[in-house]
Amino acid sequence: MVGYTDKIREISERLLKEGTVDMVIGFRQGSMPMMNEPCFAKRPEDVEKLTWDSNCGINLANYLTDRKEKIGVIAKGCDSRNIVTHIIENKIKRDQLVIIGVPCKGMIDRRKITSMFETEILSVAEEDGKVIVKTGDAEKILEKEEVLQKNCAVCIHRNPVIYDELAADLVEEQKDIDRYADIREIEAMSPEDKWNYFDDLLSACVRCYACRNACPLCYCPTCFVDESQPQWVGKTTDPIDTKTFHFLRAYHCAGRCTDCGACERACPVGINMRTLTKKLEKDCFEYYGWEAGLTLDARPPLDAYKPDDPEDFIK
Amino acid sequence: MGIEPGRLHFSWVSSAEATKFIEVVNEVTEAVRALGPHDNFVKHMPKVA
Repeated sequence: MVGYTDKIREISERLLKEGTVDMVIGFRQGSMPMMNEPCFAKRPEDVEKLTWDSNCGINLANYLTDRKEKIGVIAKGCDSRNIVTHIIENKIKRDQLVIIGVPCKGMIDRRKITSMFETEILSVAEEDGKVIVKTGDAEKILEKEEVLQKNCAVCIHRNPVIYDELAADLVEEQKDIDRYADIREIEAMSPEDKWNYFDDLLSACVRCYACRNACPLCYCPTCFVDESQPQWVGKTTDPIDTKTFHFLRAYHCAGRCTDCGACERACPVGINMRTLTKKLEKDCFEYYGWEAGLTLDARPPLDAYKPDDPEDFIK
Repeated sequence: MGIEPGRLHFSWVSSAEATKFIEVVNEVTEAVRALGPHDNFVKHMPKVA
């Protein structure tokens, strides 16, 4: 995937020079290894900053909300699905966008890699499916497959679903993946065990809302947790307040979440809140055959009524 | 999320179906009463010395 950078720069430079777009939203190297940050290139000379590797896990659809300019946006599979969702939800218009599709081979899990080393990681490079990590006193070569972000390991939409330009040839999609093994495990628990599981899962939460802020779906001008009149949920780190926040946020993402992993990636304490969003994603798939963001031509299941919607739960 | 099956009920009741409404309310009340109180979401005030 490292070779994508040149192509991304070339396309971006052309778009900016021609004036097709006012800016290109992509990634640039962060100040620390494995921490690429979003980059808004507004002049052709800015494209030198743009880069691409396996640390571009942030979902760039998040930066499109309510924009008025013409924008070129770099989109991997999940980003493109969130762009589709944004268009469906009228947060941006299709004709404002030039989507530069990036067939993705997965992002690496910086938390997992950091935990493998005792000293500070000074540099991380990639080559042919290997990740080369250097610390002050050691160098280790890891298989990329083994250090993928959890959501990337079970991803079945690596190629962008919507694009105007492509930064590379489409990649082969992963097949025969069991996306929901972890969710089935939790579903099988008793109500009490489930409660304890979530209690434990969310106990570390400091209510920083990084997950919400990183999420392209969470664009409400005032989030329900920030409202004070009425105050829907307590603002403390009381376990009940924290659980209410996470449960409700997950529900707000039902039928919209693409499992891009931005929430989990942004979490400073490493909570796997994807467990919650993924359960709803699974339900949407099993009940309505719906996967978010695959097409501009269909309304999401919670947005449309069909006479044959499943209703066994209604007595 | 730790809520027992049988605590949450869904039903379609038209505004003209008063009898069904009564039945549903009675059934739900009985079912939930049988399960007893659910205080997972009850916030307990922190104890102050």
